[in-house]
This record gives sequence, structure tokens and C-alpha cells, in this order.
Amino acid sequence: MAMDAGEIERLIKQGIPDAQVAIEDLRGDGDHYAATVVSASFAGKTRVRQHQMVYQALKGRMGEQLHALALQTSAPAA
Amino acid sequence: MTNNPVIQRIQQDISGNDVVLYMKGTPVFPQCGFSAAVVQVLSELGVKFKGIDVLTDPSLRQGIKEFSSWPTIPQLYVKGEFVGGCDIVREMYSSGELRELLQTRGVNTQAA
Repeated sequence: MAMDAGEIERLIKQGIPDAQVAIEDLRGDGDHYAATVVSASFAGKTRVRQHQMVYQALKGRMGEQLHALALQTSAPAA
Repeated sequence: MTNNPVIQRIQQDISGNDVVLYMKGTPVFPQCGFSAAVVQVLSELGVKFKGIDVLTDPSLRQGIKEFSSWPTIPQLYVKGEFVGGCDIVREMYSSGELRELLQTRGVNTQAA
């Protein structure tokens, strides 16, 4: 099963409204993506917590419909 | 505490071993590129770890995801604490944070 990049971006922004999201389809197969997510809500949180917030926004699709999403998260530079 | 036998087993494994990697396949024969990448990082750091293959047990494969609220495998635990999946482990390795974390927790690493 695969997911559209636009759908991933939409879900992340729905869950984390201020997020800046950049998505790259790594293999062009709609199944292996890399996402960079920048949000002020990540400030002061551990990487595990930041990634959990993104997974939460994806509402259980990660690991199911979406096999691989390489994540890089950060808070905006002050 | 929990009565769920899978969760109990996870708790035993991560408290009884300094470094535990839940992975697809075994350290010698990883079955997934992401698991293989974490095995490689741990080998480069010269860290002894226990690899647990989730592919041999569907209840464990599901249970570990619920245990950590983390949807993917691999998952790395150091001294009972969830450190992260493949992306985080690789990022922490390149920044030197992973070696620092292991040393702070008293886990032996070999000088590279």
C-alpha cells in the first residue's frame, strides 16, 4: 500500500498547524518518503517526542499504509 | 504493572540487558535496511547488544509498538529507556550524542 505525498503533508499540518513540511519521494514508488518537519511546538522536546507527535498526526498510518518515512524534525532557529 | 505477558517480557528484556535492539531479522542477518543500519551503528561503536527478532513473534511485533508508542521497527533501548528508531539513532551517531549517551549510562564502547 502506498500514500500520496500531498496526503502526508496534509495530515501532518492538520495535526501540527504551524508545521513547515517538506516531503521527498525517495524512490518514486509512493512508499518510501523523507520528511522534514519544522515546528515551534517541537522546542524543548526530545527527538523521540517530536517524532511521536508527527506519528500521532499521521493517525496510525505509519507502519501500515506508509512503510517508510525518514523523519527529521526541528524547532525553527531562534 | 501489567498482566500482558508480551509487555512483561519486554520489560524483562530491556531491564536485564544494557542495550537491546528490537529488529527485523538478526544482527547477523538483518531482514530490513533500517534494522541493518542500526546494527551497523552499534557495531561501529563496538557496543554489545541483544538483538531481538520481532519477525519470529507477531505478538511481540505488535506489543513493542504499543509499549513505546512508536509505530516502526527497529527500536533501540539503552538501560531500559527507549532511545529511538533508525533516523534518531543515525542522527545521534553522527553528532556524537549516541556515544555520549552510552558512556553516561556506563555502557562500554570501544574507541573508534
